Amino acid sequence: MPETPAPASATADAPVPGGLIRGELERELEQTDNRTRWLLSLPAILIILFFAAAPLLVMVVYSFLTPGDYGNVKWIFSTEGWVNVILQRDIFDDTLIWADAHLSIFWRSVKLSIVTTLLTLIFGVPTAWFVATRPKGKREFWLFLVTVPFWTNLLVRTIAIQELIRAEGVINNLLMALHIVDQPIQMMFTDFAIGFGMTYVYLPLMVLPVYAAVDKLDFRLVEAAHDLYAGRWTAFRRVILPMIKPGIIAGSILVFIPCLGAYVTPRVLGGGKNLMFGNLIELQFGAGRNWPLGAALSFTLMAIVMVALIYYVRLTSREEKTDV
Amino acid sequence: MQHQAQPMPSTDSADDVAVDVDRISKIFQGEDEVRALDDVSVAIRRNEFFTLLGPSGCGKTTLLRVIAGFEPPTMGALRLGGRDISRLPPNKRPINTVFQNYALFPHMSVANNIAFGLEMLGKPKGEIQTIVYDMLKLVQMEHLKARRTSEISGGQQQRVALARALAPKPEVLLLDEPLSALDLKLRKEMQIELKRLQHETGITFIFVTHDQEEALTMSDRIAVMNAGKILQVGSPRDIYERPAERFVANFIGESNFLDATLNGHTVTLKAGGRFQASPPAGVADGAVSVLVRPEHGQVRMGEAAEGELAATIDTVVYSGEATTVHLRLTTGELFKAKMPNTPSEDGRSIEQGAAAALSIAPGAVTVLKD
Repeated sequence: MPETPAPASATADAPVPGGLIRGELERELEQTDNRTRWLLSLPAILIILFFAAAPLLVMVVYSFLTPGDYGNVKWIFSTEGWVNVILQRDIFDDTLIWADAHLSIFWRSVKLSIVTTLLTLIFGVPTAWFVATRPKGKREFWLFLVTVPFWTNLLVRTIAIQELIRAEGVINNLLMALHIVDQPIQMMFTDFAIGFGMTYVYLPLMVLPVYAAVDKLDFRLVEAAHDLYAGRWTAFRRVILPMIKPGIIAGSILVFIPCLGAYVTPRVLGGGKNLMFGNLIELQFGAGRNWPLGAALSFTLMAIVMVALIYYVRLTSREEKTDV
Repeated sequence: MQHQAQPMPSTDSADDVAVDVDRISKIFQGEDEVRALDDVSVAIRRNEFFTLLGPSGCGKTTLLRVIAGFEPPTMGALRLGGRDISRLPPNKRPINTVFQNYALFPHMSVANNIAFGLEMLGKPKGEIQTIVYDMLKLVQMEHLKARRTSEISGGQQQRVALARALAPKPEVLLLDEPLSALDLKLRKEMQIELKRLQHETGITFIFVTHDQEEALTMSDRIAVMNAGKILQVGSPRDIYERPAERFVANFIGESNFLDATLNGHTVTLKAGGRFQASPPAGVADGAVSVLVRPEHGQVRMGEAAEGELAATIDTVVYSGEATTVHLRLTTGELFKAKMPNTPSEDGRSIEQGAAAALSIAPGAVTVLKD
């Protein structure tokens, strides 16, 4: 409010004949505006409360209860579910020892997720670059091709991969027909199969954000780098990479997080032996009949994801240091 | 710098030539073929402030990009100091560019931007620091060296772009309409600044602009381009006072084109009056088109006397420092006369529709080729 001279301000709060009390209209409009805003966001708030917050709360409670005999939970407080995430009780003397099975599953999940993320980077970045550098009218076609797999059921696609890599599958038959190998190579039910399958499934999630970043890239900056004596590789490393980094990081997050919790792909391609985090959780709610452990494992997975996300935020907000 | 602006002998010895554009054509294949450069030849001298001037789409930026190495020429040869560089990629040419939109690296600080070219050349760290410091001082940006380039103003970005391009000490600096994004006042400041930098560094500047005033103010020599061809190369004085063609005359400054008859060195205007002129080579006696600049016409109210042209006042436009009088000559041709305003005469006495007398300064009539 601009300062008005003293005589005017003295009477400012008094109603002007036929006019408004100071601030009255603004207050009224603001209240109506607020009410509308709340009303509009109510459905979203309700959905989040009932379908996101409430189930999580249920899982937190379950994780501190005792497993029931046929699944479900008994309402007896216990921390056993949490302890069992990384430790297990010896059947004979009740001493706690490391749960090697769980730890190796965690390790496999993290390892395969990292490998898959790296593979999608290696295949996805050049693909995204290729699509983004096509002439304007032709990009849609290539983007469409990238997204086609999304339109097919995940299970169907995974079984199609199985057809490719199983002992009597396309790849082995081809290799044997060409006499490159005598015996079929065992690819099914290995970590390789899981990594291969996940790379295939999650590749579009890498291509799309990187494409968006390359599309926004100002190619005049690349020209400027060449003009200032940078070769192709240096220009990529010093100018292009930092510019498309947000897309690469977004893509890595989009691939890494679902990989950690992947269920269908490791189940079909990894068989019963090569479990991943998602399969382990499913096992506790199914055959394992240990719901508290399943709940605790779910939160452990969430914790790992959170750590990854915090790392991501750090990575994106880090500034290039000035060293000159 | 004015001594350099004087016409030099037209035969450039190889030592004087920095950039030799030898019959270069650039044809863009597309739905229909575009001849962006059409058999262009020009020799740009060492330590020269050389301007490529022309309307948008005339090929001046394409020529700059060919010299920088971003576009390969379709035909012809490009030599730098006598060496053919047509096949060298941009990063192998000792030529740097100040881009139209500056193209500063947004993820680097001001200092890192300036250091980039030096790092790429593999200079030792200590030397880089010294040069970067010198460059920051040269463009008066020391206080902002740690800033990101997105956090500084347009004029400051302009200075950083200049410093970045000058830091590797290129043989030639290319400037692609670098002042077009700045407001008028800043543009005038930067014109002087650029001139100073060119003088201090002794580097050959090739400057692209569509602004004729900018070209006249800054250049040692100007090449006027249109439709992929260079129409005329010369000092600002040459170009302004002795334009060879109607396009050049029209593009640079304001012009009056009048019909006339040429007989040897004598020009007789259709509207009356006889003038001495030296026609360009290749213009035959007979009907010609001549140019008279508006500031070379003087208007007086009343009937025309001997040596003056009779006219009627059409419109009077006051523009602060001058008054432009639009006259209709007896032939029906329009003539703009621009007269400086003085305390006693500011165009107020000139009456619309009244009879007036126009006198044209001796030597002001230029015969055009077409």
